[in-house]
Amino acid sequence: MTERLVIIGNGMAPGRMLEHLLEAAPGRYQVTIFNAEPRVNYNRIMLSPVLSGEKGYEEIIIHGDGWYIKHGITLYKGHRIVAIDRAAKTVTSDHGVTEPYDRLVIATGSVPFVIPVPGNDMAGVLSYRDLDDVNAMLLAAQSRAKAIVIGGGLLGLEAAAGLQARGMDVTVLHVMPTLMERQLDPAAGYLLQKAVEARGIKVMTKANTKAIVGKGRVEGVELACGTIVPATLVVMAVGIRPNAAIARDAGIETNRGIVVDQGMRTSDPDILALGECAEVGGQVYGLVAPLYEMARVAAAHLAGDEAAAFVHSDTPTKLKVTGIDLYSLGDFADGDDREEIVLRDAAAGVYKRLVLRDNRVIGTVLYGDTGDGAWFNDLKKKRTDISEMRETLIFGQAYQGGSPLDPMAAVAALADDAEICGCNGVCKGKITGTITEKGLTSLDDVRAHTKASASCGSCTGLVEQLMSLTLGDSYNPAAVQPMCTCTDLGHDDVRRLIKAKGLKTIPEMMQELQWKTSCGCAKCRPALNYYLVCDWPDEYADDYQSRFINERVHANIQKDGTYSVVPRMWGGVTNASELRAIADVVDKFEIPLVKVTGGQRIDMLGIRKEDLPAVWSDLGKAGFVSGHAYAKGLRTVKTCVGSDWCRFGTQDSTGLGIRIEKFMWGSWTPAKLKMAVSGCPRNCAEATCKDVGVICVDSGFEIHFAGAAGLDIKGTEVLGLVRDEDEALEVIVALTQMYREQGRYLERIYKWAKRVGVAEIRRQILDDAGKRQAYYERFVFSQKFAQVDPWSERVSGKDKHEFRPMASVGFAEAAE
Amino acid sequence: MSEMDWIAIGTIADIPLRGARCVDTPQGKIGVFRTAEDQVFAIEDHCPHRGGPLSQGIVHGAAVTCPLHNWVFSLETGKALGADEGSVRTIPLKVEDGRLFIALDLLASKAA
Repeated sequence: MTERLVIIGNGMAPGRMLEHLLEAAPGRYQVTIFNAEPRVNYNRIMLSPVLSGEKGYEEIIIHGDGWYIKHGITLYKGHRIVAIDRAAKTVTSDHGVTEPYDRLVIATGSVPFVIPVPGNDMAGVLSYRDLDDVNAMLLAAQSRAKAIVIGGGLLGLEAAAGLQARGMDVTVLHVMPTLMERQLDPAAGYLLQKAVEARGIKVMTKANTKAIVGKGRVEGVELACGTIVPATLVVMAVGIRPNAAIARDAGIETNRGIVVDQGMRTSDPDILALGECAEVGGQVYGLVAPLYEMARVAAAHLAGDEAAAFVHSDTPTKLKVTGIDLYSLGDFADGDDREEIVLRDAAAGVYKRLVLRDNRVIGTVLYGDTGDGAWFNDLKKKRTDISEMRETLIFGQAYQGGSPLDPMAAVAALADDAEICGCNGVCKGKITGTITEKGLTSLDDVRAHTKASASCGSCTGLVEQLMSLTLGDSYNPAAVQPMCTCTDLGHDDVRRLIKAKGLKTIPEMMQELQWKTSCGCAKCRPALNYYLVCDWPDEYADDYQSRFINERVHANIQKDGTYSVVPRMWGGVTNASELRAIADVVDKFEIPLVKVTGGQRIDMLGIRKEDLPAVWSDLGKAGFVSGHAYAKGLRTVKTCVGSDWCRFGTQDSTGLGIRIEKFMWGSWTPAKLKMAVSGCPRNCAEATCKDVGVICVDSGFEIHFAGAAGLDIKGTEVLGLVRDEDEALEVIVALTQMYREQGRYLERIYKWAKRVGVAEIRRQILDDAGKRQAYYERFVFSQKFAQVDPWSERVSGKDKHEFRPMASVGFAEAAE
Repeated sequence: MSEMDWIAIGTIADIPLRGARCVDTPQGKIGVFRTAEDQVFAIEDHCPHRGGPLSQGIVHGAAVTCPLHNWVFSLETGKALGADEGSVRTIPLKVEDGRLFIALDLLASKAA
């Protein structure tokens, strides 16, 4: 049976609570919301950009009308709740709507504090709280006259900057000696005042308002010293107080705010409160991060998790005024037990101050260059002992351990639990993990899945750097790189859509994905063909006309149009009869060059295309099959002689290499795949620069991957150590299948690994036995259709047309 | 100009869709291409860039991409498409009831 959940208030906190609740307990509640404001849930933090004109209202809507409809939520817009009847369990709005509830959530937010001076209710006096206030300010700003903002805190300065941007002549009156004194020390407050004044905003500190003067309409503000500052608009931004009136009237315990326990429960067990109206642990909150934490806890309780508890944490303060960068966090008051490190760069307008106690960061003020805020926050949170890096600490993360690094390195070096998005409490690991896990490629996707940078947006740059870091060069902040000019879709989009839409032929794909050309091009067709071969091994008929010539005729084209042929020599092992057969073929077809390859094979070069089937026929009689030296697929498994012969060998590396090769030959991969197995760490098979390598040790088999020794040179990453050959094979096969399913066509395994992250690959292949098994089984299934020797097929007559001319003409005339 | 001497080279069914076959002549190979729309074209099988066999390339639209260095040629005009400059000789070809003919006199005059 669905329970009735009624929510009073429709701000960001209850909005977030509903998102959590709908996820955790969909369908459990019939939800009704009463919103005193006549609109949907919007991002209140972004009112300042709306005021300054940098954003429009539509851009800051969090839940549009459609969202409420989709979730079957009844939203009463412009209904203020005037009474809660706890006995009857109903609420009643000022329009006379009475609604019963099983659970009630009070989220009435806060009311702006209005200073108790004469004239404070005059026309032209506004507060700065909601969209109505912003609209009223925008109307007043059309006069381009004088405005006064009372309050030099976060909100006041944002209001002042917004009004100034709208063309008003603005003066800020602040009662304290420096601006934002609760978040900034005097030095930073001074720099801030300079910056604000440089924008043309006048600042008066120690300005104590005595009265607001005017005849029916505001004409100015009179200060305690007797000065009258003229203005036609006065905005009061001196603070907020929790809006607890309705709860107080209903007999619920209140103090400064509505008193709730760590689970957001009020003194009435059926009623919860959250947001700015709630008081938890004796504190009320105004910044979004703790409010979202309350939302998470409240949702958990409504979903039945009684254990969820609100925990206090410091929240950094950031000013959302374009061009002014400041960041403050924690405790930065002076004290005998504290030390500080200060950096000033007057020319660059930079001020940084770290407050330390017992070699640990307890407070941070950054002005002008706030890039290291997250790092300092992380040091503070983890209580890291900074004595080792004390000399260079203030210069920031990039200066630790050597020369300055690029900005990406700083982000790369952040720990996984470092907080990136302060508003939503999202840490780095959550962002990178979600990007990898869900295959996210755009900023919007990341915002949708993680909420990172979805509120105030000040961490957008960091999130984008994380995307670049996780996705590699393939992440283009502007847009996804299209596969080719035939489409706007990137490789990942295409791969996802093949599965999502169940697309099983190239023409079907081109139709459904709105290809811009009739039949693709030489770039996209081989990629599409590979994706279909990989995703539907049993159903898709390989389109040979979409394969590059080498894969179409199973030999390597050379610069003169002849071909080279490499028979498979399992693990690089051969014998006299095989060598004799090769020698005979070389003689018979007058093959001009025989060469030993880097992958321990014998290559015969300069064979005419017409001769290929006959060459293969002779090789086949000696037991040879195709060596796939031409394939975007498994090429060679190189081995050393291992424990059978070598006095240092620890395992049968030759045997394992042959076993792997026999198991995996014939499989297509995004790009060529070369492997090696070395019998000991001396590594004679050079396994540590291969796509996949094995180093045998006494205790087992070290699995390596993602090496490169071509255009790029790169040592392998160690995936992990396994005990026996069976396990080694299973891990290698699963790894290959993961790469087959996720790699972009022509993307070597090391590039894929860089994009996806070694840790994620290790998690799926080594740590998650279920995933590993599933990858393994999908590979095995696909091999049923792939392990057909293409050479013997062609010897038997397949694709005859490929190997002989259609006609010979003109020769008779020429001969005569 | 003498009337063209049409020489039979086979049928359209001999060529795979979006594929090509070769015809040997004393002057070298000719590539005969069949597009997805069943148009048939004949061009010299020799890329002006580094001599790659165009008949071995991937056929897309009425164009082919050379297998050696990815130059793209229009099968209709023989001209290189995109940023590259160059062209290959086109050979007159006609289709009658699915049977293919190329014009020999051009070949003969060259052969002489």
